[in-house]
Amino acid sequence: MRLTINGRQVEADVDVRTSLLDLLRDHLGLPGTKKGCNQGACGACTVLADGERINSCLALAVQYDGREVTTIEGVGAPGALHPLQRAFVEHDGFQCGYCTPGQICSAIGMAAELERGLPSYVTGDLDAETIELTHDELRERMSGNLCRCGAYNGIVDAIRETFGQIAEDAGKREAA
Amino acid sequence: MSFVQEAMQAVMKKAIALAPDGWIPGGHPDPLMREKHGLIGASISRIDGPLKVAGQARFAAEFPMEGLTYAALRHSTIARGRIVSLDTTQAEAAPGVVLVMTHLNAPRLKPTPPFGSKPQAAGGDDVPVMQDDRIHWNGQPVAVVLAETQDQADHAQSLIRVQYEVQGGVTSLDAARAQGPEPGKFQGELLKVEIKDAEALFAAAPVKVDAVYRTPPHNHNPIELHAATLAWEGDELRVHDATQAVAHAAWTLSQVFDIKEAQVHVTSPFVGGGFGSKTLWQHQILAAAAARLAGRPVRIVVSREGVFRIVGGRALTEQRVAIGAQQDGGFDAIIHTGLTVMTPHNAMTEPFIVATRSAYAAKSFKLEVDTVKLNMVANTFMRAPGEAVGTFALESAIDELAAELGMDPIALRSRNEPEQDPTNGLPFSQRGVEQAWKTGAERFGWETRNATPGATRDGDWLVGVGCATATYPYYRMAGGAARIILDRTGRAVVEIAAHEMGMGTATAHTQVVAERLGLSLDQVEFRYGDTAFPGLVLAGGSQQTASIGSAVIVAHRTLVTELLKLAGNDSPLAGLKPDEVGGLDGGLCKLDEPGRCESYASILARAQRETLTVEGEAPPPLELQHWSMHSHGAMFCEVRVNAITGETRVSRFLGSFDCGRILNAKTAASQFRGGIIMGLGLALMEDAQFDERTGRIMNPSLAEYHVPVHMDVPEIEVMWTDEPDPHAPMGARGIGEIGITGVGAAVANAVFNATGKRVRDLPITLDKLL
Ligand code: FES
Ligand code: FES
Repeated sequence: MRLTINGRQVEADVDVRTSLLDLLRDHLGLPGTKKGCNQGACGACTVLADGERINSCLALAVQYDGREVTTIEGVGAPGALHPLQRAFVEHDGFQCGYCTPGQICSAIGMAAELERGLPSYVTGDLDAETIELTHDELRERMSGNLCRCGAYNGIVDAIRETFGQIAEDAGKREAA
Repeated sequence: MSFVQEAMQAVMKKAIALAPDGWIPGGHPDPLMREKHGLIGASISRIDGPLKVAGQARFAAEFPMEGLTYAALRHSTIARGRIVSLDTTQAEAAPGVVLVMTHLNAPRLKPTPPFGSKPQAAGGDDVPVMQDDRIHWNGQPVAVVLAETQDQADHAQSLIRVQYEVQGGVTSLDAARAQGPEPGKFQGELLKVEIKDAEALFAAAPVKVDAVYRTPPHNHNPIELHAATLAWEGDELRVHDATQAVAHAAWTLSQVFDIKEAQVHVTSPFVGGGFGSKTLWQHQILAAAAARLAGRPVRIVVSREGVFRIVGGRALTEQRVAIGAQQDGGFDAIIHTGLTVMTPHNAMTEPFIVATRSAYAAKSFKLEVDTVKLNMVANTFMRAPGEAVGTFALESAIDELAAELGMDPIALRSRNEPEQDPTNGLPFSQRGVEQAWKTGAERFGWETRNATPGATRDGDWLVGVGCATATYPYYRMAGGAARIILDRTGRAVVEIAAHEMGMGTATAHTQVVAERLGLSLDQVEFRYGDTAFPGLVLAGGSQQTASIGSAVIVAHRTLVTELLKLAGNDSPLAGLKPDEVGGLDGGLCKLDEPGRCESYASILARAQRETLTVEGEAPPPLELQHWSMHSHGAMFCEVRVNAITGETRVSRFLGSFDCGRILNAKTAASQFRGGIIMGLGLALMEDAQFDERTGRIMNPSLAEYHVPVHMDVPEIEVMWTDEPDPHAPMGARGIGEIGITGVGAAVANAVFNATGKRVRDLPITLDKLL
C-alpha cells in the first residue's frame, strides 16, 4: 500500500490487522502519535486523515491506502512550531506531554469542523450558519481527548487563543 | 523488630526531636528561599515543552533497537490456585512467534524485593515471577509471547490453552473480614494513635457526629501505558523504562536476575504520567527474562486492560469518623478508624488516618487502620495515599459537625487550629493554613453563600457550595545525591537520577541551580532519568524536589569549597570561607561585598582546569523527626445538581495553597490543577469495579473506568501564600499530591449544600442523589 504521510509518499507492506497507529509507531518510525488505550477511548492516537481527525488505533492501516495522513510530526517541529503548539507551551497545556500530540491534532481537526459549521451536542441552534467557539463548545468537542495530568485549563486556553479567531472570522464573512 | 531495637529507635527519635535546630538538616535556612526577584518562583515555560508538543519527546516504548521483538502477556483467570495444564503448541507455531515463555521454561529468578523491604526496593509484590504453577491473583501473567510484530504476539497469546485448579482464594470483603483484621502499618510504623480515652470523651460530648464513609478502589490510569524496551548486552541489562524510580528499578532488577546493580542500566527521560503506578511490576521482569531466553531485545507495552490486571491501584476504604465537640466548636475527641484491603503478597496499607494526625487540635484521639487481605493484584501508592481518601471522610465529618453546630465550617476549622502537632507534639516548621483559608474565602466569595441546604435553585439545577481542607506532609527520603560539573565557559551541568513525569522537574531545577550558582537558565543543564547519574530519588511522596534540592545544596557547598581552593591567593576571593560567598553573575562573590567577585571561568582558567566535578550526598532526613512539616490548602467548590436527573456538574473550583516557596508559578499551577482534577474524578466518577466472585476488575478500560474529561472540568482557580518553609530546601515543601486532597469532601459538602443530601459513599453518582 501507498499513502502520503506529512506530505511524503510512503510505501508499506503491512499485515491486514495492523492499525494505522501501529503502522506509524512501529513500522514507520513516527512515534509522535501516542497509544493510550488502543481501543478508541482516550484520543492520544488522534491524527488527521484527509484533514479529518480520527483515532488511528481504531483505523486499519490498509484502509488508508492512497490517502493523506498528517501526524504531529507534520504539524510542526521545535524551531518551526505551529501556532497552536506554541500556545500549548505558553499556556502550559500539558504536563507529561503524552496526550499532547493527540490534543493538538484533535484541536486542528475540531477547528476545521467548526469552520464547516458542524454542530456538536451542545450547539443551541442547529441551523446557525456559524457556531461560536464558546467554552462549552470547545470542551464538548475536545472531550474525546483525555488528559490524566489534568492540563485541561491550559489546553482550552491554548486552543482559544489559536482558534478563537475562526468563529469570529466566519461570523465576519457572513456579515460581509 | 526486637524489643531492644524498638527501644533504641524510640530513644533516637526523642533525641532527634530534642536536638538543637542547628544540628538538623534544614536547621540553617536555605539562603535561596528568600530570593524574591530572581528565577525562583518565576513563571517559566517548560524547557522540554517544544519537544513534547512536537511529539519528539521519547517515551519508553519509542526507543528503537535492532532486532526488536514485541511481547504480549497472557493473564490468569482465577484468583488463587494452580495451573494444571498449559498448551502452547499452537501459539508456538503461529506466524512470527519467537518465543512462548511460561513457568516451565522461564529462567530461574530470585524473589522480587517489594517496596519497603529495602530502601532501594521497587517491587509491587513479592510473588515469584513465573517460577511455578501457583496463581495468586486474577490477572497474574501465566505466559509471555514474543513475536516479530505486536499483532502476531497478541494473536499468538490467544492460542495458548490454560487449565486451572481453583484453590480457595478470598475475593469478597465479607470473607476477608471473617478472616480477622490485622493492624495496618505505613513506612514501618503502626497506623495507630491513642491519646486519652477518646471513646469516653466522645460519648460525653454535647455535640457529635459519627458516620461511616466509603471509598472504592481507584486506578491511576496515566495515559501512557506501562512499557519498557530492553535488551541484554552480554551480562548487562539495558532498560528504557516508564518509571518514577530508575535507581530503585535497577537495583530491584539486579536482585531478581542475581547480577550486580551496575550491570543494570535504566533510563527514563520522559514518563507519560505515573501518579504512583510507574514502579516495577511483573512486566519489566518478564520482558527481561524473555529477552534473555530468546536472545533478542523486547518491547513490552501492557494493554490498558493489562494495566488494570498487573498494576495495582488504590485500595478501597471503609472509615468511621466520629467527632465530639463543645457548643463553641472545640473538639473533645476525634475518632478516625476503619478498614482497608491489601494482599497476602504486599506490604502497602492505604493509610487513611495520616492527615488526621496533624490536622486539628483535640483533647483526645483514637486513630487506627485495620487491614484485611484479598487475593487481588497488589494495591499500591496512588497520588496522596492516605490523604486523598482520608480527607474525604475527615473533612466531610467536619462539615457535618459544622451543620450540627450551626457554625460556619471555616470558623469551626479555625477554632480547632493546633499550636503544635496535636499527636506527636513537634513544633510546626511553618503553617499558613489560616492565611490560605482567608485569602481563598475572599476570592471565592464564601461569605455570600446560602448556608441552608437545597435553598438555591437555577431552573432545574440546584446550586451549592462547599469547602474542605487539603493537606499533605513534607517528605524527604534518604538517598538523594547529585553531581555538578562546572566548565571553563562558566556552564554548569547537574546530574541526578531523578524523573520527569510532567511535574516540570527539569524546568524547576534548572531555575534553582541557575539561581544558586548565579548563572542564567541557558548556562545550566539539568540531566536526569538515568542510572548513570547519582542518587536514589523516588518521584513519589511529593519528595523529589526536596531530595534533589538537599543533594544539590551539599554538592554546591563542595563546589564552592573547591573553587575557593582553586582560586587561591591571587583571587579577590582569597581568604574567604564558603559561608561568606555566594553565586552571582557567573561567579562567586562575597555576600556582603558584591563587588568582591571572581567568575567561574576565570577561576578555572587560572587553575588550568577544563572542568570541576563535585558530588554531594544529602544528609539523612532528620528534619522529619524534628519538626512537624505539612502543607495545606483551602478548597472551595460550587456544584450544580440536576433536580430531575441527579447529575452533578462542578461549575467552579478554587484551591488556595500554603506549600512553602513555589519554584515555578506556571508549572506549579498545573500541578495543583492536575491534582484537583484527579480529585474531581475521585469525587464523582472513579470506581474500579471489583467482581467479588472472580476477583477481577470488571471495567478495565478508559471507556468504563471514567476519568474527568474536558467537559467535566471548569476553569480552576489556584493561588498560594508563597511563604517559605525555613526548614525545607529552597523553602519548598513539594506540591505533587496536595491538589487531590480535600477535593472529595469539598465536592460532597457542596452537593450537601445544593441538595440537603449527604453522600458518604464515593463516587457521588446520580443514583445516590435521586
Ligand atoms: S489509543 Fe486510540 S483512542 Fe486511545
Ligand atoms: S499531559 Fe499527561 S496526560 Fe495530558
